[in-house]
Amino acid sequence: MNSYILIFIIIGYLLLLFGIAFWAEKKARNSWVNNPYVYTLSLAVYCSAWTYYGSVGIAATSGVSFLTTYMGPVIAFPIWIVVLKKIIKISKQHKVSSIADFISLRYGNDRFLGALVTVICVLGVVPYISLQLKAVSETFGIISNNPINSSGTIFKDSTFYIAVLLAVFAAFFGTRTTDATRRRQGIVFSVAVESVIKLVFFLGVGSYVTYFLFDGTTDIYNQIVINEDFEALTTFDSLESGINWYFMIALSFLAIFLLPRQFHISVIENTNQKHLKNAIWMFPLYLLLFNVFVIFIAWGGKLRLEDTANPDYYSLLLPLQNGDVSLAILVFLGGFSAVISMVVVSTLALSTMLSNNLIIPYGFLDKFSKSRPKRNANYIKNIRRIAIFSLILGAYFFYINFNIELSLFSIGQLSFVVIAQLAPSFFIGLFWNRGSSIAAKVGIITGTLVTTYTLILPFVLDAIFGDMNFIVYGPFQNELLRPYALFGIDFLNPVTHAFFWSIFFNSLLYLGVSLSFKGNYRERNYAEMFVDSNYNSLQENAFVWKGEAYVSDIRKALNRFLGEQRTERALNLFYQKYDLPKNAKKADARLINFSEKLLTGSIGSASSRILIASVVKEQPVSLIEVLEILEENKETISTNKFLKEKSDKLIQLTSELKKVNEELKHHDKLKDEFLDTVAHELKTPITSIRAASEVLLDNQDMPDKLREQFLDNIVDDSERLATLIHNILDLEKLASGREMLDKKINNLNHTIEKAISGVHTIAEKKSIKIIMTEMQSVFSVRYDEDRIHQVLTNLLSNAIKFVEEKKGIVKISSKKIKNYIRISIEDNGKGIPAEDMKYIFDKFYQSKNQNVKKPVGSGFGLAISKQIIEGHNGRIWADENYKTGARFVIEIPN
Amino acid sequence: MNRKKILIVDDEPNIVMSLEYTFKKNNYEVFIARDGSEAIEILKTQIPDVVLLDIMMPNVDGYQTLEHIRSDASTKNIKVVFLTAKNKVSDIEKGLALGVDKYLTKPFSIKKIMTEIDELIT
Repeated sequence: MNSYILIFIIIGYLLLLFGIAFWAEKKARNSWVNNPYVYTLSLAVYCSAWTYYGSVGIAATSGVSFLTTYMGPVIAFPIWIVVLKKIIKISKQHKVSSIADFISLRYGNDRFLGALVTVICVLGVVPYISLQLKAVSETFGIISNNPINSSGTIFKDSTFYIAVLLAVFAAFFGTRTTDATRRRQGIVFSVAVESVIKLVFFLGVGSYVTYFLFDGTTDIYNQIVINEDFEALTTFDSLESGINWYFMIALSFLAIFLLPRQFHISVIENTNQKHLKNAIWMFPLYLLLFNVFVIFIAWGGKLRLEDTANPDYYSLLLPLQNGDVSLAILVFLGGFSAVISMVVVSTLALSTMLSNNLIIPYGFLDKFSKSRPKRNANYIKNIRRIAIFSLILGAYFFYINFNIELSLFSIGQLSFVVIAQLAPSFFIGLFWNRGSSIAAKVGIITGTLVTTYTLILPFVLDAIFGDMNFIVYGPFQNELLRPYALFGIDFLNPVTHAFFWSIFFNSLLYLGVSLSFKGNYRERNYAEMFVDSNYNSLQENAFVWKGEAYVSDIRKALNRFLGEQRTERALNLFYQKYDLPKNAKKADARLINFSEKLLTGSIGSASSRILIASVVKEQPVSLIEVLEILEENKETISTNKFLKEKSDKLIQLTSELKKVNEELKHHDKLKDEFLDTVAHELKTPITSIRAASEVLLDNQDMPDKLREQFLDNIVDDSERLATLIHNILDLEKLASGREMLDKKINNLNHTIEKAISGVHTIAEKKSIKIIMTEMQSVFSVRYDEDRIHQVLTNLLSNAIKFVEEKKGIVKISSKKIKNYIRISIEDNGKGIPAEDMKYIFDKFYQSKNQNVKKPVGSGFGLAISKQIIEGHNGRIWADENYKTGARFVIEIPN
Repeated sequence: MNRKKILIVDDEPNIVMSLEYTFKKNNYEVFIARDGSEAIEILKTQIPDVVLLDIMMPNVDGYQTLEHIRSDASTKNIKVVFLTAKNKVSDIEKGLALGVDKYLTKPFSIKKIMTEIDELIT
């Protein structure tokens, strides 16, 4: 295929990614961009070109060992999630921007350690990036049928331009803000998209080989089984290769934490810890899917392609051999996706480390202008941009100059071993507070030296100078020092051998030095914060600092990098968080820690510490003091929490008490009103009796007829008084629950008939009809007969009171509805005025509509009836919708 | 001397009966109203010397009736006596604030009422 067309396709694809990244940046808060699936897929940045092409190569030449790279992460995933949670928590807390930041902070914000980690990462990753470029270059050559020619000028090499484009992409989306801890949704989302693309295309070519070129997996197996070295490819021949396997798995397990791109995506770009829950099953699944067809493509390639074909590229060569160019291009784009995400994320992570942990703290800090935050921000961004370009171009030149026949796989493993040197300080330091900074430095440096001696040196000597003597006989002919068989251990392959010895010395020295030398107080302070996650809740309170510092000085330092507006906003937040006065002049430990963290994103933790330290006067604190202060702060916080809880409870109790008090007051008022009314009601007949008696006494000469009238009045009023007293006591008894209802099974019809005959005489006097309707023959219900009789009598006599003489009709009916019975009593009288509806069941309520001149009755009837019905767990109400008179309804549960 | 006129306003017929009898016997011309609205109606045609006013009555109560009497030029000088079962200090103060001339509480002695009213209007 014409290479220009291919370049055209590549540029088109890159533009598409630019578009996707742009879109994602714009929709950063959208759930399409910000969800657990995007997070999990972006983790698959782990699968680089090494996975995409190299696995097949390894499967074809060395058999199943390709699996170790993926089994490590899959096996260790449950542990990974737990540890990662802790790492994310700490990183968010301390505004960590890279793995270098993380390790240097753990050891007391040690500038040298941050720089050392950066250097190790650059050393480990640049060859790895160059490996990616090599893959692009070689696959480009295969597709365009244009064998690579690196001897020509670089400007004729399309890989160079691709490298530049990748650098532009990374620089553009990776350095939009100076704060390196800010999320870069554009890059993350495009990485997730690429993860889908590379998986789909790889599965595509896998099934193409397995089901189109061959007749399924069994077919390939049956054909390959006759192959001479088949057995070597599919089995462990010995215990030694088992041990090799074991170390390889361990190595890849460490890589998933420590590779800068992995740390960047899983920790720095994590937006929500809950996303881990999704990753725990989806990421291993992704890795397993990726490996389903590897072995079949490898076997297929072995069977169909010539021996001279590079097994790394079987997945491209197989479709090409069959003339399926378009499939090959898709496979190429899949591999290209793997390259882009790996290169972009790696350089991004490395550039942050280079700027924040190496370049700025070592020299550039003084160069920042004191009063121009915008220029400083651009300065920082430019450092990172230059770093990105330098890294990618550095990797390109590495590839050009060491364009040796190395398999993708071996450089990848070399890279892993170098990065693995961070493991002891990283992991042990996370759980052991004694691990000290000096020990970390000694461990990492020694481990790296051992790696250099046992892996890099012989590798370079062999590959570049073709000198095997060093490997075979060792230096000075000393067999014990042979680089691939140090101290006589000769059964491991070079990579696992180097891994074993480097990690062995590294860990040994780390532990030994930590136990022999104590770190300083700052180290111990951070160690405590990292190891004991309880201190996480202390936040800035966990930072121990003593000395003299002024807010104005710190404010000036912050202004330099954040600008006045952001500084002001951040400080306001800080004051609010700790409830501090805004005009405080002296700064405390919390403000110092807070300011350091604020600057960390922009200039790295080491620089921010140096910067803040330059404007404050710190006094050294003893180790014991650090621990005491920490403990004290922890206690204060928990006491405060306890007090806050108590005070919240008290506030709640007080409000409850207030409410109860108000209710009591209300009851008291009601009681007062009740007594008032009772007194008033009692006084009325008494007044009448007294007045009449006085009149009778003073007027002995009164005519008999009149005298009788007065005496009648006295009798009436006495009766009224008696009824009143009786009712008041009755109601009181019912309301206070002192009277037990005598509930028995009764025939409701009997009770109704009895009530009717009780009022019969009064009704007849006024020629009022009382009709029983809808009666059931036997109606057994449980109730207190006397009381229900009282209610019915009351309602009936009320009805009689309110209907016109002669025309009046009162209907009483009862029926069973589900699990209760309903009695209704309706009349054709004047009805109940709407405004009275609310009050008719109140004590002393007397309707104005009574036809008698002066209301007869105590005003207690309905109130008592209501008490009785409620005593039966029933309801009584007046039907508001009944317009042709009054209708009262009673419901009692049956 | 003209016969004195009294308007008795109360919704308790038995009490009214005793009062009516006594005042008539003492040579008063007696008018009777069952509530405030009836009283106001009567006051449109009659100007009594004194109004004996209950407070708790249906429709228009004693306070409202008093306010009405005091607000109308033709009736505002009529002596008004509250005769009520309400005997709380707050009730009495409310009555006095509205301009009642005397505040008598139930239950009462008929003889005492007679002397109090006589004193008030002579």
